[in-house]
Amino acid sequence: MKRKLSVTPKGRRGAAPRAAGIFKNVLIGGEAGQGLQTVGHLLAKSLVRSGYSIHATQTYESRVRGGHNTFSIRVGPEKVLAEQEAIDILIALNEETIDLHQKELTKTGLIIGDGEWQRKEKNWIGLPLKEFGEKTYWNTACMGVAAGLIGLDEQVVAKAIEDAFGEKGSKENWKVLEASYHWLKKQSLDWEKLPDIPRPAKRLVINAHEAVALGAISAGVKFCAFYPMSPSTSIAQALIDWAKEMDLVIEQAEDEIAAINMAIGASFAGAPSMVPTSGGGFALMVEAVSLAAITETPVVIVIGQRSGPATGLATRTEQSDLGFVLHAGHGEFPRAVFAPGTLEECFNLTRKAFELAEKYQGPMFVLTDHSFADSYRDMEPMDVSKLSFVRPQGDPSSVKTPYLRYRITRKGISPRLLPGLSKHLVVADSHEHTEDGHLTENLSLRPKMVDKRLRKGDGIRSEVIAPDFQGDRKSEVLLISWGSTKGAAEEAAVQWRSRKRRVATLHFSQVWPMVPDQFVKVLEQSKQVICVESNATGQLAQLIRKETGFVIKKRISRYDGLPITPQYILRHL
Amino acid sequence: MVDIKDYGDYKTAWCPGCGNFPLLKAVKQALVKRGLEPHQVLFIAGIGQAAKTPHYLKANLFNGLHGRCLPVATGAKLANPGLVVIAESGDGCMYSEGGNHFLAAIRRNIDITVLVHNNQIYGLTKGQARPTSDEGFTTKAQPEGVALAPFNPLAVAIALHAGFVGRGYVGLEDDLVQLLVQAINHRGFSLVDILQPCVSFNRVNTYQWYKERCKPLPSSYDPTDWEAAIRLSQQWGDEIPLGVIYRNNRPPFEDHLPTLKKGPLVTQTVDRARLAKVMETYG
Repeated sequence: MKRKLSVTPKGRRGAAPRAAGIFKNVLIGGEAGQGLQTVGHLLAKSLVRSGYSIHATQTYESRVRGGHNTFSIRVGPEKVLAEQEAIDILIALNEETIDLHQKELTKTGLIIGDGEWQRKEKNWIGLPLKEFGEKTYWNTACMGVAAGLIGLDEQVVAKAIEDAFGEKGSKENWKVLEASYHWLKKQSLDWEKLPDIPRPAKRLVINAHEAVALGAISAGVKFCAFYPMSPSTSIAQALIDWAKEMDLVIEQAEDEIAAINMAIGASFAGAPSMVPTSGGGFALMVEAVSLAAITETPVVIVIGQRSGPATGLATRTEQSDLGFVLHAGHGEFPRAVFAPGTLEECFNLTRKAFELAEKYQGPMFVLTDHSFADSYRDMEPMDVSKLSFVRPQGDPSSVKTPYLRYRITRKGISPRLLPGLSKHLVVADSHEHTEDGHLTENLSLRPKMVDKRLRKGDGIRSEVIAPDFQGDRKSEVLLISWGSTKGAAEEAAVQWRSRKRRVATLHFSQVWPMVPDQFVKVLEQSKQVICVESNATGQLAQLIRKETGFVIKKRISRYDGLPITPQYILRHL
Repeated sequence: MVDIKDYGDYKTAWCPGCGNFPLLKAVKQALVKRGLEPHQVLFIAGIGQAAKTPHYLKANLFNGLHGRCLPVATGAKLANPGLVVIAESGDGCMYSEGGNHFLAAIRRNIDITVLVHNNQIYGLTKGQARPTSDEGFTTKAQPEGVALAPFNPLAVAIALHAGFVGRGYVGLEDDLVQLLVQAINHRGFSLVDILQPCVSFNRVNTYQWYKERCKPLPSSYDPTDWEAAIRLSQQWGDEIPLGVIYRNNRPPFEDHLPTLKKGPLVTQTVDRARLAKVMETYG
């Protein structure tokens, strides 16, 4: 039997032209508990080890078993900027997956599944799974066939399995993998593989939250407290995984209020600290954000945004907490808010948040979101050999006596010493306080203390990372993104440029403070400015208007719980 | 040698005759008895008149939010176990607003000492009932009398096998100082519930009322007997027992953390070579 299959379709129903280069999109679908995350991760790792770039996204329901979940990987020999909706290879771990995703298949898209379903679709590849092995390993069998179709060396996949399960735990999986590769060869299907990459460079496969955790470790985090909440538990988990090697203490607190108060206590006593949470958990932390501000205690808060209000869609994505985070905390105080859009930004901006928290002695924020948190991508290993890390202890011998924790200074930054490490007494207070930290109702001192704290904002402002502009200055269309929508906006721009349109992108990886001089000109020079955001009300667009007076008339918004894709942007242009 | 003068003498915001005065004095005496210098001690305070106490002595201090001193104390102790950490606040702060943290801190058995000023009324907010107020106790805010059963902090702490549970009374100063010294010495969570009158808002639980009822435990009492302690914790009214009600030798939370065996977090750095290896595992 010789069937003609093409995994690199030339055209597809209603689809926009793709960026230059060959990409394939593999979607694994099934119910929770079928191990699709496990095989998805194995496939992702195998692809990257073979030299390809990937962009993996996951969708799942808030349940442990059942439902419908997906793990999709867009892969190509060149850098993959974003995910893709059209599916080239659909791996169906249950039959429902075919019905749910058939319409997303490209004209030549393949479906891999259990041969017993006897589907009639063209390009249906039904596997004799029972011959391959026990049901537990069918996911490996399906993944193996997909890996073979893409052109991966069986040994690379086998090694990824071994790294995940150990030699002993891999034996059955290896058997099934071998059987699936063997079966595929016998089919003598005519398909187009991805081009082979000789001597692939070593790259990492990590997700956004792992990159945040690694950035935090490199920056010197020593303490993290958390209360489990999707999607941010993964940050705490990554830190827990490395706690012994990297000398960290991670504590699961009784609630989010305790988590941030613990972090503030640990930071006050000298351990660089962070709290990962999501919108609802952060809502509980807000009073303590204000506490960190007035006591001038460094703390890094990472918020993995998800669909709200309240419980909303617990496992779906949204960028709707920008306004909340900007204003969280009673009273007036400075802060910085970062919104990384790539793994590198996750790593570097988390570091930056720690540096600012220490330098300006207060709460600093990093915003991610649910879809980004779970998104596995390839990244060059960071060279950490020369990276600096924060060391809270100032020199006790250098401070003026009497030591004043809140000495009023020109830049607003007071000498921070740690309790118990010298004879100097360190007194911090949530009340308005005197320079030596004791509560006061001296109303002529009060404005001086407010001004001192706000002066730190000038310093924070002087270090703002300018938004990243790409493209023609006099563009027809300027797509603005922040946080995780960066890749989708840039990929949409690439695809539009291939239609000979002048498209530019402007990505905010730091959303606060906002320095208009850094970007207002490009807004004015563009014919049309479009703000791309995963929220209903256009929170960044509103912020830009408030800070610059520039009104963004067109927005592309998404708030159905799914991430913004390049195709979504192109459909709404 | 440390002297009580090292702990300073300050003007306070308290009413004349307040139970906080003898309590503050007892705390200073206990620290001196224990040979601790001000810079070795870190107080964590909540909000309320009781929580102002550590402002009136010399020591390190973090005065945080209402109800939240226990998590702050936990974090600080984990960052630097070398500090003697004392959380001090009123019963509303510890048992009501901070109730969840109270339960968790006991279960965690973190090595901190918790001093609770218990005057059975909210003084700073001018006289509402608080979690320890007796049933039927009338206030402006509870004109029909308190309908809630009173919170019994000692019974709760003992039920959760807290490391050290004691009750003191500001009118019996020497006993109180002794109790505080033992609490600070205890490795693990130690709770000292300290009875005191509120001269401005509590007309029932007065100095006279306490004087008639507070009785130090006899030396024959065995605080390691959990069942006896539970029974004793129910005793309130005509006779109120004072002293160490319960204690055990559960290892403190810090002992379970491998990272802290290498030294306090505050002195640890980042091993970049190890981090590079960690990063490789993602390849």
